[in-house]
Formats: sequence, structure tokens, C-alpha cells
Amino acid sequence: MTLGDIAKVLDAKALCGEEMLESLEIDGAFASDLMSDVLAFCAPGAFLITGLTNIQIVRTAQMLDIPAVLFVRGKSPLEDTVSLAKDAGIPLILSSHNMFQTCGLLYAMGVKPTSANSAQV
Amino acid sequence: MADPIHLEYEVAADDYQTAGTASNSVKETLKMLGIPTAISRRAAIITYEAEMNLVIHGGGGKIVANIDEKQVELMTIDEGPGIPNVDKAVQEGFTTAGDRAREMGFGAGMGLPNIKRNADIFEIFTEVGKGTTLRTVINLQ
Repeated sequence: MTLGDIAKVLDAKALCGEEMLESLEIDGAFASDLMSDVLAFCAPGAFLITGLTNIQIVRTAQMLDIPAVLFVRGKSPLEDTVSLAKDAGIPLILSSHNMFQTCGLLYAMGVKPTSANSAQV
Repeated sequence: MADPIHLEYEVAADDYQTAGTASNSVKETLKMLGIPTAISRRAAIITYEAEMNLVIHGGGGKIVANIDEKQVELMTIDEGPGIPNVDKAVQEGFTTAGDRAREMGFGAGMGLPNIKRNADIFEIFTEVGKGTTLRTVINLQ
């Protein structure tokens, strides 16, 4: 499925990278508000679902080559967050559903959970 | 790779806006050098968490990257408060970070464990009141 399919199911709107929605294939997702957990556990290729909207979310996505970010709870990111995502070529979409609803809807449509590690050092 | 590459960046204390810029630059350099994705991903995680540590705890400092055919060496050097108990600091969940770090999605006691997990060599030299040097190495061979 594409990021566009995901946006439709969630009735989510694109904040940037709209032109990539239909071409960006999405297989798995990782959901967290803790960026250190994203850095620890998000598998390569998974897209990020989060309720945080600051610029470090896009930095985290940049570091891990995360293909897209979905913001939940209708929280619009600040302008500099969107601006960095534009520069980095990372599409941002915004859903008004909360985290649990969002994950449930995406799980039901076949988006796979992904995890790179288990919690041990 | 012909000659070893040496990179240095200054990181400002409490600057949550530009934090991550240096790490992204290190990552882009590794990509340009043709370092495999799995390695550059580990380097990106190490550098970014270490950069956030400089911002959150270290009172700012320096990021140094040395890249040659054998290894990627990543270091952070600060003159901050130092780490009183390193064993505790590398435990998952142990943190002394404040609300500002947490608002940004950090400060949950995962930084050093994340760095350790991704490094082949992980060393901390620290003295309370003087500062901390973190040295990590990822082997390329």
C-alpha cells in the first residue's frame, strides 16, 4: 500500500510531500512519542507515527531514513518542523485520530508492526 | 577511501532547535563515502544520541568523527558536570534529564544504552566537575 492509501483510511491531510503520497510504498510502521525508542527499536523502512511535533522528530526521521511521519491527535507541527521535512524530502501527514485509533485502523488495513531490537543492551 | 577523514563540530548547550545538524552532516558524509547503510545507520544513532547528550547534559561540546578504511570513530568531548556514576548512566531508564529534553522526545534514560548497543568499542572518560569524553568505534572490517 502507499502512504496515500494510509492517508485516505485515516482521513489525514498532507502537510508536505503531497506529491510523494501515491508513489511511496509503506510496509511497516513504528509508533512512539519517545525518540530514543524510535532510535532503538524502529526497523529500517518503517514509517513513524507520533504525537510529538517538534523539529527533533524530523531529525530522528532523517537519521534513520524514515520514509514518512504521521502526526496523531490532530497536533499540527510547528513551521520549522515542516520546513526541515520539506528540505529533507520527508512527507508529513496529520491525522485527527488519537494514537490508539490510528494504530488500530492501520493494523486492520494490513500495515505491519516492525521492531529492530528487543530491549536489552 | 584514500585518506582518513576528520570531521569536527561545535554543539551548543540547550539548543534543541539546531541539535542534530552535526549528526546529519556526519551521516551524509558516511553516505557520500559509500559506507554501507547498516553501518551508517548505527553511526547516525550513536552521533545523534551523543549530540543530544551534549545539548542536554554536557553544557555543549564537540563532536569528532574519524573515518578510515578500518573504522568509524565517533567522539564527543564536553567540559560539563561529568558523570558521577557511569554504571548507572548506562542502565536503560536511568536519567537526570529535565522536562525540556523530555518534551523533545529524549531524556528517558535510553541515550547511552542506545549508543552502547550500536558501538563495537564504547568508552567513557569522565571526571565530576571537569567533563566527559565519549569514544565509540564501529568496525568496518
